[in-house]
Amino acid sequence: MADVALKDLRKSFGDVEVIKGVDIDIQDGEFVVFVGPSGCGKSTLLRMIAGLEDITAGTLEIDGQVVNEVQPKDRGIAMVFQTYAIFPHMTVRENVAFGLTIAGMPKAEKDAKVLEAARILQMEHLLDRRPSQLSGGQRQRVAIGRAIVRDPTVFLFDEPLSNLDAALRMDMRMEIGKLHNQLTATMVYVTHDQVEAMTLADKIVVLEDGQVRQIGTPMDLYHHPANLFVAGFIGSPSMNFLDVTVDAKHDGTVTVSNPSLDPIEVTPTDSVAPGARAKLGIRPQYLTPSADPTKGKLHGTIELTERLGTETIVDVAMADGTKVIAALSEDAIFEIGAEVSLTFDPAKTHLFAAP
Amino acid sequence: MAVIDPANHGLRLATRYTVLILIAAIFVLPLLFMVMSSLKPTEQLLNDTSSLRAFLPVGDISLQNYYDAFDRAPIGLFVFNSLLVTVVTVSLSLLLCSLAAFSFTFLKWRGKGLILSITLATLIIPFETIAIPLLLLVSKLPWIGLEGFRIGWLNSYHVQIVPWIADALTIFLFVQYFKDLPEELVEAARVAGASWWQVYLRVVMPLSGPVIATGAILKSLKMYNEQYLWPLIVVQQESYRPIMVGLGYFFQLQVAWGEVMAYLSLITVPVLVFYLMLQRAFIASIASTGVKG
Ligand SMILES: Nc1ncnc2c1ncn2[C@@H]1O[C@H](COP(=O)(O)OP(=O)(O)OP(=O)(O)O)[C@@H](O)[C@H]1O
Ligand SMILES: [Mg+2]
Repeated sequence: MADVALKDLRKSFGDVEVIKGVDIDIQDGEFVVFVGPSGCGKSTLLRMIAGLEDITAGTLEIDGQVVNEVQPKDRGIAMVFQTYAIFPHMTVRENVAFGLTIAGMPKAEKDAKVLEAARILQMEHLLDRRPSQLSGGQRQRVAIGRAIVRDPTVFLFDEPLSNLDAALRMDMRMEIGKLHNQLTATMVYVTHDQVEAMTLADKIVVLEDGQVRQIGTPMDLYHHPANLFVAGFIGSPSMNFLDVTVDAKHDGTVTVSNPSLDPIEVTPTDSVAPGARAKLGIRPQYLTPSADPTKGKLHGTIELTERLGTETIVDVAMADGTKVIAALSEDAIFEIGAEVSLTFDPAKTHLFAAP
Repeated sequence: MAVIDPANHGLRLATRYTVLILIAAIFVLPLLFMVMSSLKPTEQLLNDTSSLRAFLPVGDISLQNYYDAFDRAPIGLFVFNSLLVTVVTVSLSLLLCSLAAFSFTFLKWRGKGLILSITLATLIIPFETIAIPLLLLVSKLPWIGLEGFRIGWLNSYHVQIVPWIADALTIFLFVQYFKDLPEELVEAARVAGASWWQVYLRVVMPLSGPVIATGAILKSLKMYNEQYLWPLIVVQQESYRPIMVGLGYFFQLQVAWGEVMAYLSLITVPVLVFYLMLQRAFIASIASTGVKG
């Protein structure tokens, strides 16, 4: 168990800086998830914690020790890769025991540990198989088994589930969640998957272009995104953004409007001046069709509907051409081409300065 | 999908086999000629070369050439010397070259690219151009062996071994192979606590069966079959002489072709045995690595 502290961490490949000064504090036992668009540096950051990439500048501390120059093997970490990376020339048992074998652990103790890991991951019956005889999910279990037998202080996961199919991904996601509760270890987890991030994380780190955009609990990021990027990145379907004009400024709130939106009073996230253009963010889930079409706040035409069972996703085109996506209750039925009027609670919107 | 016409299919098979048989013949006939000739007196052997009889055990067939060859040269000693030099050189070469390639592939150090380029550039230098400088060098090098300390490496086994251990071709083979190993396997081993030595011994080498077999075959054939010039100039004593230098025993005044063929047949046996052995290992190692995603 250990804290991990990243202090102004930087990484360049040649002349290209890909990690541009990252500060993150990870508490002992915390489950931290890195999310961000492809190429933003999630894997690089994780590999720097693992010691697989050199640190160009800044300091990395694990358990209070600066480990910038420490070899991966001496960092007390374990890592699970997207491609599983289990050794094809060893049986499952040998794979799981790998870290213990090279540490020279006596056989009896080693066997006990391997069995314990196999029990936790429910793969006792697979121990004598070869990797080529395993399914993707089973392989990933082996990789996780290889990580847990070492009792690492920090677990690192780089998109461990992205090669699995949807059903298996959900199972394994729950297993990893359970594992975290059982082992109470510090875990750092990289993913593309919103659901994984929201369900597993104690703390999510949103990265963009090698920089931290926001750090917070899943609900923090969802309800109080600090900037336009985080607002658009967290949540599915993504938040709608309307181009609005600031009409007036009051004490802590502003009035905004646009041609398809009747003036509303909202609390801005960024400071905005009257007359300025701004972005008003509304989550699709917070839009509801108004019973009286003349009373709604947004007026448009239905372009597309997708019925997902639990909800119906509706694309609405406003008069000025902007599109708005609404996630409506499952039994709402709409005709394509029909006029709708949507309403929402201004308190649940986010106002950002226009970029 | 086109429908396979059975007649066409038969024709294709026949063509394929004809080509294969022709290619096989190109490789087998010289061996056959060698073995058949070794059983014939020199005079008949020379006459037979003008006809297909050269490949057949006809006429005056006996093992006389073999008896004579053994009388003329210490064949057992030569074969032993060659085998010893080959086994030791190949083993050390595989070890050293794979370590060098490991460093070139997986470790990070300053000047790596340049040194690898220089190493590979040595591939184009023919041995003949460095033979004399190398001779001058080894004749002055010190050595501590079983007989104690001495200056100069001439007339020994090690003079036939050490200069051949490091070789760019073997390094190149390993580098190419290592580059294609999934990098995550190495990284997974490192984060699981392995030192670089352990990565080499427990992950990289066990997965390198095919390249080890290839390297071993190429290097062994070179060391056993082609070591002529170097031992000729560094070894004067009969007791360290390898097989190819030994061939010279049969080319004095009058060439005893029958004995030459007997000698060649004898020294080919270890090569065939070795090749058949490694061929199986080669196929097995390919089958067992099967790295699947
Ligand atoms: N070895 C390398 N040499 C040069 N550039 C690299 C190297 N590894 C990564 N990069 C660059 O660094 C940036 C970040 O890459 P990284 O793999 O960390 O992204 P990521 O956030 O993990 O993306 P993804 O979600 O697609 O996995 C990318 O622009 C990538 O091209
Ligand atoms: Mg990545």
